[in-house]
Amino acid sequence: MKTKRKDLLGIENLTVDEIELLLSTAESFKEVSAREIKKVPTLRGKTVINLFYEPSTRTRTSFEIAAKRMSADAVNISIASSSAVKGETLKDTARNLEAMKPDAIVIRHSSAGTPEMLSRYVGCSVINAGDGAHEHPSQALLDLLTVKERLGRIEGVRLAIVGDIAHSRVARSNIYGFTKLGASVTVAGPPTMMPPGIERLGCRAAANMTDAIKDADVIMMLRIQLERQDEAFFPSAREYSRLYGLDADKLRTAKKDVIILHPGPVNRGVEISPDVADGPYSLILDQVTNGVAVRMAIFYLLLGASRET
Amino acid sequence: MQRLVIKGGRVVDPASGIDALCNIYIMGGRIASVKAAKDDETELIPGAPGLEIIDAAGLVVMPGLVDLHTHLREPGFEYKETIQTGAEAAAAGGFTTILCMANTRPVNDNQSVTSYIVNKAKGALVNVLPVGAVTVGLKGERLTEAAELKDAGCVALSDDGMPIVKSGLMRRALEYSKALDLTIISHAEDMELAGKGVMNEGAVSTRLGLKGIPNAAEEAVIARDIRLAELTKGRLHIAHVSTRGSVELIRSAKKAGVTVTAEATPHHLTLTDEAAAGYDTNAKMNPPLRAKVDVDCLRQALKDGTIDVVATDHAPQSVMEKDVEFDRAANGIVGLETAFSLVYGLVEEGVLTFNELVKVMSLNPSKVMSLDKGTLRVGASADIAIADLDAEWTVDPSTLKSKSKNTPYAGKAMKGKIVKTIVGGKIVFDCLKEA
Repeated sequence: MKTKRKDLLGIENLTVDEIELLLSTAESFKEVSAREIKKVPTLRGKTVINLFYEPSTRTRTSFEIAAKRMSADAVNISIASSSAVKGETLKDTARNLEAMKPDAIVIRHSSAGTPEMLSRYVGCSVINAGDGAHEHPSQALLDLLTVKERLGRIEGVRLAIVGDIAHSRVARSNIYGFTKLGASVTVAGPPTMMPPGIERLGCRAAANMTDAIKDADVIMMLRIQLERQDEAFFPSAREYSRLYGLDADKLRTAKKDVIILHPGPVNRGVEISPDVADGPYSLILDQVTNGVAVRMAIFYLLLGASRET
Repeated sequence: MQRLVIKGGRVVDPASGIDALCNIYIMGGRIASVKAAKDDETELIPGAPGLEIIDAAGLVVMPGLVDLHTHLREPGFEYKETIQTGAEAAAAGGFTTILCMANTRPVNDNQSVTSYIVNKAKGALVNVLPVGAVTVGLKGERLTEAAELKDAGCVALSDDGMPIVKSGLMRRALEYSKALDLTIISHAEDMELAGKGVMNEGAVSTRLGLKGIPNAAEEAVIARDIRLAELTKGRLHIAHVSTRGSVELIRSAKKAGVTVTAEATPHHLTLTDEAAAGYDTNAKMNPPLRAKVDVDCLRQALKDGTIDVVATDHAPQSVMEKDVEFDRAANGIVGLETAFSLVYGLVEEGVLTFNELVKVMSLNPSKVMSLDKGTLRVGASADIAIADLDAEWTVDPSTLKSKSKNTPYAGKAMKGKIVKTIVGGKIVFDCLKEA
């Protein structure tokens, strides 16, 4: 199996075969992380740059560990130490990094579309680690892997995504990923956070949270940014939590064997109550474990010997 | 005296009701006579001293185009455009008169800045008429000395680029300018509602994950301004109308007899928000490109006269402002050199007749601002554009005369091309003389 793709910019333009290839490759890499010596030589001599314009602990660490377990050299650049604060443009940064001959640049940026722009500036692979409210493809892949592992399938699964849909790249990538593999996706959140035309991405918009989760096999709770109160998206964390937070009471209206995902980091007591986050339905830590495997698969398929040129 | 004769072209001059093959005689920079070609027995000896003949057979001859909305960036942003380069771009696009907005640095809010622009414009290829600011520094706080601005050469007033947020101040501006017979050009935008939006709010912004600007951000302010025009009987012109709702507001205001006129840009008439796919920052402008329903509605409004004028909103930006993240990119595109062909595209599509094109690009803008332009009547200044409607060309940003190359039309195949532009009887653009 091969991929012709240079970059991973989003799930929207991936084929079903490509998604399945990424997932099956990730499954096979999970074993590496269980070994005593957690390393394979596959990408020895390759250089990966993690270019993070937005703070991130989990995703950056996950990409870094994934690269290292594949024996690639990983370099991290974060906004605090980069030239961005000195006013260097993205294009200049890209060209300077390109001149150091990396094999891949993993980029996270608060502006949607930045990875796509970067991919036009550089010849190496570009991997989107989250761009504004656009896409977060590795997150959707690890969510797919987590659900597939637990339920044995994606096709026919009913996924409910609850929270700030408008500002969520996780929601968009998961809508594309799950619907492409035959799942049905319902989204719900405060009307202020439901973007116009979201149905055109292939999901259903529910009127309220109860409606969204009642038939769901999987509930994905999104992180709410508390700063959004200041922009009048919701009046208070208290009321948000009451209407859209997942607690034991609301969980009782869902299916008995429902599973719960959250991309993290969790605002405990706001979008998800601590007992639910730590409860038996929660797969939050499995998601993190699978994140490494998925990112190893991404590196392997984009940088490995199998890539067609 | 030097004589220029434009022979045998199809002369289209809605002001005098002419659409026929005519010979146009120009003397002393003015139209001396327009004679039907078939009846014209004037003997012209090619090469005779003092006589220049332009053979316009197969070409269309129309009054020079008039653009009510350009940004020439001088003074202050000469790296984007200057009055000279902007005028060259205008000439290449068939424009013979252009108005330049006041959002320069310093702002054109006092007579010394106006005089600076007027002086610079003396050496320019086309007529450049400044628009003065409505409020000092475009800050929306205090009215400019409009009488002095008018004396120095301003032909209208606008804070374009910025809305006038305070309704009371807008009211006073509309009232005060009545005594000066100056029109207020409104940049209608509720900035709080537009928020941090960078494109049209809708399914496309949702897909791209970009923040949207709702149609209501424009419509709310147009509704207010129309009411204020009704209250004050002042002269209101709405810049760059982009939405269906705006069209409906203007249509009903006109029906009710409010003194309001409106313009739309070639890009809002030809592109939708889908142009932003791929995060092309040349598709980023304010107001943003809207949905297809809005585009269709604008076209209908241009046809039925609700929209009086096509104006380019020529907004040069350098690569430094455009080759950056979409959220950070500056708004606007250059428009002078593509406007005619884009609007001619509407003629080809059957939206407008050619006569209507000349109206919305030359006659109506002249009327709206009470300019002595937009016609080929005897005695009028010989400002003329000659076009080859069969010529096909492809937009190549590197060949644009404008200093900036920010156009979303790069590579687009166009039909209809300006071949000669004449200002005051002098040929200022000749495509045959281009390299």
